[in-house]
Amino acid sequence: MKTIQTDVAIVGAGSAGLSAAYQAATAGADVLVIDENRLPGGQLFKQIHKFFGSREHQAGTRGYRIGQELLSRVEKSGARVWLNTLVYGMEKDCSLGVIHNGEHYVVRAKKVIVAAGAKENYMAFPGSTLPGVMGAGAAQTMINVNRVLPGERILMLGSGNVGLIVSYQLMQAGAEVVALVEGAPRIGGYGVHAGKIRRAGVPIYTSHTIKRVLGTNAVEGVEIVEVGPGFVPIPGTEKKFDVDTVCLAVGLNPMTELIWMAGCAFCFLPAFGGHVPLHDSNMETTVSGLYVAGDVTGVEEASSAMEEGNLAGVAAAESLGLLSPEQAAEKKAEITARLNTLRSGMFGERRRTAKEQQLNSMKHYRAKEAE
Amino acid sequence: MRVVEHPILDQLDTSGTVTIYYNDQPIEALEGEPIASALMNAGIRAFRTTAKRHEPRGIFCAIGRCTDCMMIVDGVPNTRTCVTVVRDGMHVRTQDGLGSFERQGAE
Repeated sequence: MKTIQTDVAIVGAGSAGLSAAYQAATAGADVLVIDENRLPGGQLFKQIHKFFGSREHQAGTRGYRIGQELLSRVEKSGARVWLNTLVYGMEKDCSLGVIHNGEHYVVRAKKVIVAAGAKENYMAFPGSTLPGVMGAGAAQTMINVNRVLPGERILMLGSGNVGLIVSYQLMQAGAEVVALVEGAPRIGGYGVHAGKIRRAGVPIYTSHTIKRVLGTNAVEGVEIVEVGPGFVPIPGTEKKFDVDTVCLAVGLNPMTELIWMAGCAFCFLPAFGGHVPLHDSNMETTVSGLYVAGDVTGVEEASSAMEEGNLAGVAAAESLGLLSPEQAAEKKAEITARLNTLRSGMFGERRRTAKEQQLNSMKHYRAKEAE
Repeated sequence: MRVVEHPILDQLDTSGTVTIYYNDQPIEALEGEPIASALMNAGIRAFRTTAKRHEPRGIFCAIGRCTDCMMIVDGVPNTRTCVTVVRDGMHVRTQDGLGSFERQGAE
């Protein structure tokens, strides 16, 4: 088994990991980015819609273009990127077990940044395991990256931004979206995305859920039902749709496996999709030298993931002595200001509160440890 | 069905093709695409059956996380078809339960 030494090892070549790699490598660190996928960019390349926010967040630019720019910056920065490479484990000393080109390696880095992202949630109902029931993100990968339609007539469950945006993108790819179903009494995502769906003539059923999916070997139809207080189905309100595909846009959860292995302390924040690692304002966890960035710290969106990656990359470079405290402080202040903008407003407030809780839990943890 | 024309993305380049075999039946696939997308394009939805009740399963996450799309690929069971790229002459089989290693047939 070969051992690789590096200054900074980054797990995940998505929005957060690539941003961290760029920051650390431009500061002069020897950086190795590892990703299991055959292509870098994480989930950025399936995002074909224009991003939100302000100009410094590249608002108005489509996600895959942002991905292309980020990738070219990383290539010029000198960071190495190992694709098709699996990180199967992490020791307590943060060394990584890696399989690259069929060979085992141990990667020993002075600093490790985990930017493993998130995975889609599942929802159980009769027929939910039938082929044709899939994550909305899966459908998005199929149409925008692999360029194959998962079905012709589709029902979407969940009206957060993922549900809204993917519904629209399914239509752009040539599918018919017969209905969008939302359990809550109102639409979860941005009005501008919901407006596009409505103008295209897709009915949106709020206070409804899926009662069952019909079919024997694959999806042949779906029955929805209205729900009253406490999400209790109201008998007699069932509606049937003739569909071949049902997409679930019911949230995501952080892929924290490696961080658990390293022995980090966690807290439970429903706004962030479940258990998330405690981290400080440098993105460093309770394990010294182990940083986190992006959806693995709590599910948000690509712009926040990139900024958290920037933060982790700068902080890692600073702790290696590659940036002076003054240089680092200036960079971190800029990044933090942009992050705060992303976590403001009607939709950002919940995430901002959750992030404060997470940072406060870290403070309490360190205070207790110091006792 | 392929998404060839698209209002935002470039037209899909369908010039490079390979042939893969799904339960011995030839299927045309695009160079560089994952097995799952070639099968989906061919209208195949059930990729494996479960160990106890032999119920069909297909694509769920499409990014290599959920393992619902596992098949026997060139004799190797539990291969995630959503993240494994096609190769000319590749043999892909429906997997029942945990599957088992198969001896390579004549290619």
